[in-house]
Amino acid sequence: MAILGAIDPILTKGLDADASDVSDAWRCRAYVDRGGYAALRKIVSEKIPPARVIAEVKKSALRGRGGAGFPTGLKWSFMPSDYDGDKYLICNSDEGEPGSFKDRDLLLLNPHAVIEGMVIGAYAIGAKRAYHYIHGEIPEACARFLEALDEARAAGFVGSDILGSGLCVEIAVHRGRGAYVCGEETAMLESLEGKRGQPRNKPPFPAASGFYGAPTTINNTETFAAVPFVLSMGADAYLAAGKPGNGGTKLFSVSGHIERPGNYEVPLGTPFGTLLELAGGVRAARALKACIPGGTSAAVLPAEVMMNLAMDYDSISRAGSMLGSGAVIVLDETTCMVGALEAITCFYQRESCGQCSPCREGTRWMHRIVRRIENGEGRPGDLETLEDIARNISGRSICALGDAASAAVQGFLKHFRGEFAHHVERGECLVPREVQREGCRLREISKEASTP
Amino acid sequence: MTNTVSIEIDGKKILAKEGATLIDAARDAGISIPHFCYHKKLSVAANCRMCLVEVEKMPKPVPACATRVADGMKVFLHSELVLGAQKAILEFLLINHPLDCPVCDQGGECRLQDLSMRYGGTRSRTREAKRVVSPKDIGPLVSMREMSRCIHCTRCVRFCREIAGLAELGVVGRGGDSEIAAFAGRSVDSELSGNLIDVCPVGALTSKPFRFRARAWELCRRPSISPHDSFGTNVALDVKDERVVRVLPRENEEINECWLSDRDRFSYEGLNSPDRLKKPLIRIDGALREVEWNSALDYAAHALKSLVEAHGADALASLASPSATLEEIHLLQKLTRALGSGNVDFRPRRRDFSTDGHRSGIPWLGMRIAEIAELDAALVVGSFPRKDNPLFALRLRQLAKKAGRVSMLSLADDDPRIDLAARVAVRPSELPAALEAILRAFARSHGEKEPGSRVLSDTTAPYAETDAIRAIAESFAGAKKSAIFLGAGAEHSPTAGRIHAIAGAFARASGARLGFIGDAANGVGGYVAGALPTGLNAYEMFAQPRKVYLLHGVEPELDCHNPAQSLFALRHADLVVAVTPFVGETTLEYADVVLPAAPFSETSGSFVNTEGRVQSFEGACRPLGESRPAWKIFCALGRLLGLPGFDYASSAAVRDEILVSTAFEGREGVGEIGRVGRVGWVEGLDNALDEAFAPREAHPAAAGALERVSDVPIHFSDAIVRRAAALRETKDAAAPEARMHPTTLEDLKISDGERVRIRQASGSSGAFGASGASGETTLTARSDTSLPEGCVRVAAAHPSTAALGDMFGTLTVERA
Amino acid sequence: MMLTRESLEKIDREIAKYPEGRKQSAVMAALAVAQDEKGFLSDEVIEFVAGLLGMAPIAVREVASFYAMYKYKKEPSGKTRLTVCTSLPCRLSGADEVAETLKEKLGIGWGETTPDGRVTLVEGECMGACGDAPVALIDDTRMCCRLTREGVDAVLREIG
Repeated sequence: MAILGAIDPILTKGLDADASDVSDAWRCRAYVDRGGYAALRKIVSEKIPPARVIAEVKKSALRGRGGAGFPTGLKWSFMPSDYDGDKYLICNSDEGEPGSFKDRDLLLLNPHAVIEGMVIGAYAIGAKRAYHYIHGEIPEACARFLEALDEARAAGFVGSDILGSGLCVEIAVHRGRGAYVCGEETAMLESLEGKRGQPRNKPPFPAASGFYGAPTTINNTETFAAVPFVLSMGADAYLAAGKPGNGGTKLFSVSGHIERPGNYEVPLGTPFGTLLELAGGVRAARALKACIPGGTSAAVLPAEVMMNLAMDYDSISRAGSMLGSGAVIVLDETTCMVGALEAITCFYQRESCGQCSPCREGTRWMHRIVRRIENGEGRPGDLETLEDIARNISGRSICALGDAASAAVQGFLKHFRGEFAHHVERGECLVPREVQREGCRLREISKEASTP
Repeated sequence: MTNTVSIEIDGKKILAKEGATLIDAARDAGISIPHFCYHKKLSVAANCRMCLVEVEKMPKPVPACATRVADGMKVFLHSELVLGAQKAILEFLLINHPLDCPVCDQGGECRLQDLSMRYGGTRSRTREAKRVVSPKDIGPLVSMREMSRCIHCTRCVRFCREIAGLAELGVVGRGGDSEIAAFAGRSVDSELSGNLIDVCPVGALTSKPFRFRARAWELCRRPSISPHDSFGTNVALDVKDERVVRVLPRENEEINECWLSDRDRFSYEGLNSPDRLKKPLIRIDGALREVEWNSALDYAAHALKSLVEAHGADALASLASPSATLEEIHLLQKLTRALGSGNVDFRPRRRDFSTDGHRSGIPWLGMRIAEIAELDAALVVGSFPRKDNPLFALRLRQLAKKAGRVSMLSLADDDPRIDLAARVAVRPSELPAALEAILRAFARSHGEKEPGSRVLSDTTAPYAETDAIRAIAESFAGAKKSAIFLGAGAEHSPTAGRIHAIAGAFARASGARLGFIGDAANGVGGYVAGALPTGLNAYEMFAQPRKVYLLHGVEPELDCHNPAQSLFALRHADLVVAVTPFVGETTLEYADVVLPAAPFSETSGSFVNTEGRVQSFEGACRPLGESRPAWKIFCALGRLLGLPGFDYASSAAVRDEILVSTAFEGREGVGEIGRVGRVGWVEGLDNALDEAFAPREAHPAAAGALERVSDVPIHFSDAIVRRAAALRETKDAAAPEARMHPTTLEDLKISDGERVRIRQASGSSGAFGASGASGETTLTARSDTSLPEGCVRVAAAHPSTAALGDMFGTLTVERA
Repeated sequence: MMLTRESLEKIDREIAKYPEGRKQSAVMAALAVAQDEKGFLSDEVIEFVAGLLGMAPIAVREVASFYAMYKYKKEPSGKTRLTVCTSLPCRLSGADEVAETLKEKLGIGWGETTPDGRVTLVEGECMGACGDAPVALIDDTRMCCRLTREGVDAVLREIG
């Protein structure tokens, strides 16, 4: 575990693979040595009002790193300031989208940045209690965060009297237990309330009615981790690190057919080619076939589109996909696109909460059809039906999971229809099985990087 | 006054209440939006997505059930976007829905079927195998066999939690594999479970007793009123071949909303019971034999006349069931009085009649049913609300949900499935003192001097002012609208008068209203019908055996306060004339003339419910066999006896006579009575007692004596219900056990599950002391922490306990 | 007592994390604690947890059945549960090969348990560790990263 590469890093500065010793870099002392908790100290000592913190975050153009890319400062400003009861802040580390694994590394490498961001966020929105919802499948990261939390509490950065200022922010960890949909913020609220993680119908949004009906702000781990840096380096400097409307740097999780899979921090707007190069290029120097730029929920884009793309919210959106959580899945020439879509549709039908009809029924139906095509049992009309189902789910489900499943199917059919049609007509793949297998061959790699 | 906003639906301007959802606003304007999961009485789930509509300036279609109106909103119900969404949603729902409509009970009245015809596509595109969901068993009333039909709307799940008050069903599993289930295969035991059938929009949850009996289109739907509790629930009787084969709710916001208790829904099986008598019977040479009506009536009239002549009119006593119609009760008392006897009553389960002659009016609920949920605080005294009157319990639940405070002073801590502010369970003999303790606590905390009226200075020991007592008193503090409700346990108590008086004093002190929940369809109607005794009351007429009894609709061996005593008197009478739809084994023993009467479903009549509402109804089907409406039987008897005033042309004529002679007013714009659905209100309802009222002397239970706590199990409450087959298989119909607090069991050196012999004086008894002959029965002892110590809960109204005496009193328990 | 004192104390600490009167929030943690102690969730344990938190048993069962990491008694379950991620990034890095090897060596398929009751093999979804693909999770607590043929042998030795 390490940040395998970076260009002008902010969040992971001093934590990349080249740094001499990363084993203790996560500790409070090391974080403070890197300038950590300075932003919080400044807020507390200079009594900077919450509104100014929010204004600064707004100015930095920091956008939510969880997938939707919603401007963070704006989200915070939705919280009612005249609310009588308790308000809540929630950190979303329920990372479960195939291709996305940045939160895990962030929690392992720089947990104090997340803690500091949460405390500052809680201060800004006026919450005394914060919860950190951590994906169930990453026990090591959870343990690391809890240890860091103890350190932070002991050092007076978290608790009932932060740095002697009387400011109170308590943080507690709530562990997920294996449900991707809980990454959706209202499903997360249900889960936090001890129920099935079924998304709520919106509006009302969490800022109006969230955790137990109280105003609640939910942000992604990486967003919180960025907050201390936004404040300590200043909104202008942070914004300048990225590009207009897309402030700062972003962690990209690069996986799939890539030479050095891992997390890379680069400024928003970095060309895809640069990122690809940073990650060692396509595995075994094969040719790039396609790329899913923002996790499986984003539409797949063919190589020629990708190679001309800058990695920021707006550019990828214009290309017909989305940056999402920054999960870049690289697909090389050995990839069977039908097989890839089968894996994706399988994921969504398993992870659909089952609450609303279009998603419950539609995701399963799509998967069955794709699986049939993959198994060589495609029928004429299958592709049209598939497209139709995807269109019929889109915009009609309670949450974005249905839309995501739909976008994935539509993306694959849009750009690789010929390959699907070949499957249906011939009952076999354009890419020979042996080639596919070769592409996915298990790779023996150096000992220290294998089973920990 | 709520503000209104103006919205446009398909170009039509409508006014809507601010804050209303689109689906409600549209419905109020007479526009229906197709839906499955939406239900006006349940929380919004927005999961079926059938009600998606297009709203101007919104990028995606929105669910009408979860979208609030906003001024100037433009809504489109028939745009391409909406029609496409509806078609798509139906396709999704049908992927896994079996196409078994021809064998589905819901066929013909299925929302999915209807909406598919109207909005769906014509062909199926799926080639994949359909989901199969394993059948579940949740008890004898609701079938969950065909769960593959479920469309996951979760109405049933929400119903259990939000209306019935307990999560008995849930969604288990995730995604396409999720299904509706009860925990660990348990049954759904809510007394409102039948409503699950109604809320299910498809044929997943169906009625077990009705399954495969009829198709919706073969049924004739006739409006009626349910006779089983004091609310007068509006029902529709579905009739096939002159038999009621199904009962459904008729919506009435003011009474039952859209709900029905299981008792009201499934009791119809009792109407078709083999016990139904088809021809009159008279005792000839010691045996009852079928005869023609003429002979039976002649025989009855002749016997009545000659016995009254021989022994005097006081030898005659008449008892009507409080679930008989207003007209029937009236004619029975008229007949009895015309024969010269004042021994007539309609309150068989009552023990204490000391308030007779001291009431300022007819005892009633003290408010409209719909007002219950509007209260801020309520105290329920001596009731098991869920079992006494499920819809009353439902209203209390609504009250508690609206942050009102409900507390209970009861005889056992049964779970009411209501969030209670406070509760106290006491021994029956302690009930007045405990109520008085609440009153004193309230008075003191409000700086008033101790209420020391005559009524309150009780001979029983004072009840300690515990925290719970104070909490109950406190729950009334600051309440603007509050009430004290007296339940069956208070009304049947040997100290009913004293409880009434203390409750009245508390009501005056706290500004609360006093109300009687009532235990029968005509609990108020009986008073209106003039059936109060001027001679012996319902208890005395058996305690002091008569020569002649005229019974209508009652089975005294189960329906009376002291069944053993009643049965003894009937067995030794010279003549018992029973006018009844049913002839049970015991009736056959003591009756000399049995005249087959039509039950409520086969006759016209009226019920006056506990809020004073008169509801008249027509017969839904022809009387079975040769049975006749009871009002006609009484008229015929009157005429044969040569009595004046029995020439009525219809039951409506009887009713009009009653309602004109007693004060009656058709109020609140409801107007004319006489037709179903049209109601009027009786006047003269008043729960106050006069100054001269003196409570009946209560003999305290001997120290250390075990007190009987008895209740009327919900599915044994009247002659129809106890003959309903499916209801008899529910947990609520389990045979009575002798339930005791574990400490009491220990004192008796009896362990849980052992058989015990219960002995109770069955002769004429004091309040909690007893004398005379004793009856006994053998039951299973059961440990039950919900009971106060020193009590034995033994249900009444059941054959296994009919040998015992008073519903309340002392008894002995020993190992059998 | 259905659960040990230690487990009950853990559950109490979880309850304390949430606002007053919001015990239900602790249900996921309480189920996890119960499962850690018992190895799986039975109806009896679920009902016990329901009692602790003032919930209806079916409401707890709903939760237990929603989240993939809870093991319910009636589902076949070996002593160790080995979950192999089969999401796209892992598949692109050889998850199918890992799965085939495991199936072959254990002699079972997805969702099955070895005859000796030691291992249940489960097909899992993304574990948020795609950079270390292919990954597998032992008993939901230990993640095995960048599995190789040798790695698979090591995993088998560990759980075998």
